[in-house]
Formats: sequence, structure tokens, C-alpha cells
Amino acid sequence: MGIDSIKSMKREDFKDNEYIDKLVEELNASGANVVVGKLDQLIDWGISNSLWPLCFGTSCCAIEFMSLGAARYDMARFGFEVARNSPRQADYIMVQGTIVHRMAPAMLRLYEQLAEPKYVIACGGCAVSGGPFKNSYCVVPGVEKILPVDVYIPGCPPRPEAMFYGLMQLQRKIKVQKFFGGVNRKEKIEEFFAAHPEEKEEIG
Amino acid sequence: MSDIKTIISNVCPSVTFEESDGLLINVPEKDWHAFAIHLKDDKELDFDVLTAVVGMDWKDSIGVIYYLTSTSHDWNVIAVKVVCEDRENAYIHTVSDLWKVANFQEREVYDMFGIKFINHPDMRRFFLRNDWVGHPLRKDYDANPELNPIRLDDEINEDDSRIFTLDDNGKVVETPTKVFNEDDYVVNIGPQHPSTHGVMRFRTSLDGEVIKKVDITSGYIHRGIEKLTEGLTYPQILHFTDRMDYMSAHQNRHCLCMCIEKALGVEVPRRAQVIRTMMDELMRISSHLLAFGCTAMDMGATTAFFYGFRERELVLDIFEKTCGARMSMNYNVIGGVIADLHPDFVKDVKHLIEIMPSRLKEYHKLFTGNLIAKNRMKGIGILSKENAVNYAVTGPSGRGSNWSCDCRKKHPYAVYDEVEFDEVLETGCDSYSRYLVRMKEIEQSCRILEQLVDKIPEGDIRAQVPKIIKLPAGRWYQQVEASRGTFGVYIESTGEKTPFRVHFQSPCFNLVGVMDLCCTGFMIADLITIGAALDFVIPDIDR
Repeated sequence: MGIDSIKSMKREDFKDNEYIDKLVEELNASGANVVVGKLDQLIDWGISNSLWPLCFGTSCCAIEFMSLGAARYDMARFGFEVARNSPRQADYIMVQGTIVHRMAPAMLRLYEQLAEPKYVIACGGCAVSGGPFKNSYCVVPGVEKILPVDVYIPGCPPRPEAMFYGLMQLQRKIKVQKFFGGVNRKEKIEEFFAAHPEEKEEIG
Repeated sequence: MSDIKTIISNVCPSVTFEESDGLLINVPEKDWHAFAIHLKDDKELDFDVLTAVVGMDWKDSIGVIYYLTSTSHDWNVIAVKVVCEDRENAYIHTVSDLWKVANFQEREVYDMFGIKFINHPDMRRFFLRNDWVGHPLRKDYDANPELNPIRLDDEINEDDSRIFTLDDNGKVVETPTKVFNEDDYVVNIGPQHPSTHGVMRFRTSLDGEVIKKVDITSGYIHRGIEKLTEGLTYPQILHFTDRMDYMSAHQNRHCLCMCIEKALGVEVPRRAQVIRTMMDELMRISSHLLAFGCTAMDMGATTAFFYGFRERELVLDIFEKTCGARMSMNYNVIGGVIADLHPDFVKDVKHLIEIMPSRLKEYHKLFTGNLIAKNRMKGIGILSKENAVNYAVTGPSGRGSNWSCDCRKKHPYAVYDEVEFDEVLETGCDSYSRYLVRMKEIEQSCRILEQLVDKIPEGDIRAQVPKIIKLPAGRWYQQVEASRGTFGVYIESTGEKTPFRVHFQSPCFNLVGVMDLCCTGFMIADLITIGAALDFVIPDIDR
């Protein structure tokens, strides 16, 4: 069982995850701030290895998430184990299950209560696109309609391995983020001049 | 049957009879409430359980079909059809004063069909937002998304309820009432709360720490499955049952398949019958193990959760090998099962049966005997047998109140009439009894598996069914014993490829209906343990 039994995807393909890391390496090679860059790395390393999820399960995927917390899959290995019941203490919201019209404002409020930096994972077919209930009169067709989603995990429900893959994808994403922000100053200046052409003339 | 007809004709001469998958009684609306009193209280009839309330829209008329069961008369099931006289201003007299279970059921019908129930004490919407436009299950419902966009503003608590009454001229009069009193201290629990086992919202009014009333707001996972089924063919609707009560996926799907097979007149091969029975019992074990783990975790015993999940993984492995998935197995199909058993099936099941007794001993040592667990469950959340019957609380929760209500015994299906097992009953009527019933049912499920595992007959796994499945015109109702109680499926067909109406009667709907009754008079901290011991699954309630 497991990876070997998936016919449409070769085993090697699962390893092709380092593209984000390679991309960032390439960018950093052509010049990065020594102090801020190192601090970024340190902070990202810390955040990515102690990601605390918010307990937010509405249906089937929540049970698989519980399996993730139990002994066989044991998400404590990756630092996800402290599932928080309060959004104030959590780092990311993993939407496990269908979001319907009545739940949508509550979910948005929970997201807003999360402290920055915060991330969203859409877990399972329903959260990704509405899944089998897409055509229903009261189902939100994908949480992306309401929240900015970082990682999508398809499946109905996703296997625990798939959930790990998604969670580790989030870790990779976090490891390359610029915590102190301001990556592309040149673009920002151009944007500024585009909005205020008279300033450019003044500076020359 | 014939003597029931004569008794009923004597009681209420205006009724007419129909035969469609059992007896169906047509009652005029004006006689319905008086007739219902007879049905419940007459000793010869004695229909003490209201099994299902199915709202119906026949395009030219609108009404409700009630399914009633008599526990004293051999679990005889009858249907009563009440049609509203006026489609636009539809009303029916409530029976929530006779069968308390009708309280929420009628609120659901009001929400979905707009039928007003006269004299119902609390006529609010149940699943949809208070500002929702229209009633979705009506055939003339306007599904335009502009009418009901995704609203991101917070919903205003509806403290105002209403009672509809009839005045002397037969006009419907609305009287406003309040859900809570002016000086009530109301605490909100949910919808996002880990111990509500999903997204359920309880508003509790408190007197100090003691609960005075629990008001349930449901619908945070209402996915409109019943409406979706009306646009899909029969094989396409099967998968919804796996996603309602995902802890009873096999049983629910079994029920829907049985209902369609009954309508088609398909004989399921014996091998498939045995496989289905075994899968149902494996599912029950997995569900009760999860219930054990979560009950323990809700009380702070995190270790027990790990133990429960350790054995649950073994059951999931068996599912995965045969069905290809750990959850949402999609295994039963119309006429049988979709795939044959994995070669390891027998070996794995035998291993499970072998280790379970010692593991159960371990659980009892670990958690059942614990002083804190006992104190938090014994004598808490009392539900008397009379109330269990009146609120139609079936499954382990009903049997914890000493009510013998096991569908596997009362209406045997698949091969349950050939295997020996005991219906577990406890007399405590409290959370502890419900918990014990679950633990003992794991033993009984193992016993059933033990009898079947060496006797899986050879043969087909699936009967021949037509490529395009069209059910003849008519209506069918089928029940099975799911992990949490009696699960029912109602199908009405007009002879098309798609069903005219499908209704799922979920056990958890009734379980949440007794939350108010069970919690009143106990501490607010007990609300969580009472909910855990009732063990409801929210998507099963909301559907």
C-alpha cells in the first residue's frame, strides 16, 4: 500500500519538491543582505518547525487529521502536534471539510483572529473546490473564495501521507519567506513613479 | 394488517389506505392531530416511536409523510400522509406535543418546505441562516445565487421565536415568543469548539454553573445533500451516504443500496450479503473505538485516545486493502459490492478478533475504572427509557437507557438473522451506561465477525443490474442499524432515472434533540461529557 500503489504517479516524482529551495538559492546567490538574510533564515527555521494548527474540522477530513495526531502517523515528529483550540495561539488554519454559507462568517472571523504570520491550508476536496457538494445551494465552492490559501491538499479525505506532504510543502514555503519583507524595492519605486509622475521629473 | 385497518377506520372514518412498501394512511389535515393521539395512546395501535418525518413537495400539493413504529406490536412500521390544503399558505398541526422527537424534525420541514406547524412551541429555521430567502427543497425554489450570496456578515442571534396558531376563521396567526427570558445568563459554545465533535452551536442559559436550557443552532455543515440527490442518478447518489456519518459509512451506504434493491427487486448474492455484514461490523468497531478515544479525550485523558486509535488503524488497514480507502470507502453498490475481498482479509480480521479482547481489557484498566471518569459519567446526563422512546433515541445511547431498539434484531437484514449476538442493554440511563454499551458492542461485533470469517461463501459479489437504473413509481423506506442508531432512507420515485425525493433519517439528528433534556440541571462542564457520551456526528445531523 502507500506510495507504491499509486499508478498515475511515479515514486521519483514525489521527490521533486526542492524547486522552491533551488529557486531561492539561485536568487540569494545573486545577492542577499547578509544580516537580514541570516536572520530571516533563523526565524523561518523556527516558525516552520513549530507550526501549531487551529482545530478546525467540519467533517470527514477532521477524523483523518485526528489519525495524524495519533501514534501511527504522529505529527509531533514535524512540530505540528500542538493543535490549538483558540486561534490566538495557532499559526495556521487547516480547513478540513465543507464550508457552508452559515459557517463562512465564523471561519473568516477565526482567520482574522489568528496572529501574524498566518497561513491557510485547504484540506480535502470540499475545502479546495466544494468537492462533491459544489452544486449545492449553500456550499462555498472552495475556501479560496474567502481566505488566501497557501497550500491545497486534494483528496476525499486525503490520506495522512498526503496531509503530511501538504504540511511539509507549507514548511518549505515558510523556509523561503522574507520575514522582514521588502524584497523587490526596484519594483516598488517604479510603482510609485507610475502613480506620481511629477515626482520623477523633480528627482530627474 | 387488515385488523389495523379496521381499528383505524373505526377511530377515524375519514382516512383512506394505500399499499406502497407497507401500509400508507392518507389523513385529512383537519383530523390529523386527533388521529395522532389515537395512534399513540390506543392500546391496539400503540405507535410510540415517530421514526421519520419526511417533508414532501408533489408540485401540485405539499405535505408531510410520517413514519411510525410500534415497539409493542412487533416493530410494525406504518406511514401516514398528511397533505396541506393550500400550497402557498401551507400548515399542518404539530405532533411535537405527542412525540417530542418531532420538535426538531418539524423545524427542519419548516426550514426546507415552509410548512408552518400549528401550535409548535418554537417555529424557527433549523439549518439555514435566518435571512435565507426561500425554502430549498420546494420544487419551485429559486436557486439564483444572487438571492442567497455568500454572506460574510455575522449572523444575528435569533432570540425571537414564534408560535403559529389557528383562529376561529381558520386563519394562521403568528404569536411572537422568546427563546430565552430577559434576565437569563446565556453562554455561547461553538460553532468552532473541539468538544462539540464538529461544528455545532449550543447556547446555554445558566443559573450559576447549572444549565437551565440548551438552545441548539445547527446547520453549520448543512450541505444540502437531499436537494443534490434530486439532480443525480441512483448510482451517483450513493457516495453522499459515506460523507454524512463518516463513522457509519458502510452501514449508511448499505441502507441506501438496500432501499434501491428493494425497489428494483434485485436479489443480492449471498457472498455480497456476508461481506456487507462483516464490513458493517468492522465499521461499528472502528466507530466505537473512535468514540472511546474522543470521550476520553474530552475528559482530558489523552492517553486513552492513542490507545483507541491504535486499534482503529488495524480496522482501517482492512478497509484500505479491500476498498482502497481508509475513509469514504464507496464500497457498497447497487446489487452487491464493488470489489472482491483482498486475499489478506480473512487473516487480518482473525488477527483483529484475536487481539481485541485483551485490548478491551486494557481500555477498561486504563480508563473505565478511573475515578475521575466514573465521577464525570455516572449519574450524569440522565435519559429515562420513556424519554428515549419518545425522543426516538436509538443506537447505543438508547440501549444505555435500557431500550431494546436494535434494528439488527427487530428487522433483520443481510445475514444478521443467521448469526448469534446479544443486544447489549444497560440500565443506568446515564453517560456511563452509554459508554459501557459501546465497549460491550465491540465484543459483540467481534463475535459476529468470528462466526462469519470462516464461512464467507464463494460466488458472485454483485448481482446483475440494468445499466440505466430506473426505479418504478412509488415510495420505499429502509432502515439499518448504523453505529449510532437506526438510519433510515426514504426514496420516492416517479419512474425517472433520478429520484423525485430522497430523505435520510439520521440517528444523530435525534441524539442532538435530547441535549436540552439531558443537560438541564447539570453543570456546564458536564455538557461536554454528555455530548461525548451521546456521540453525535454533526454532518449526519445537518446532511
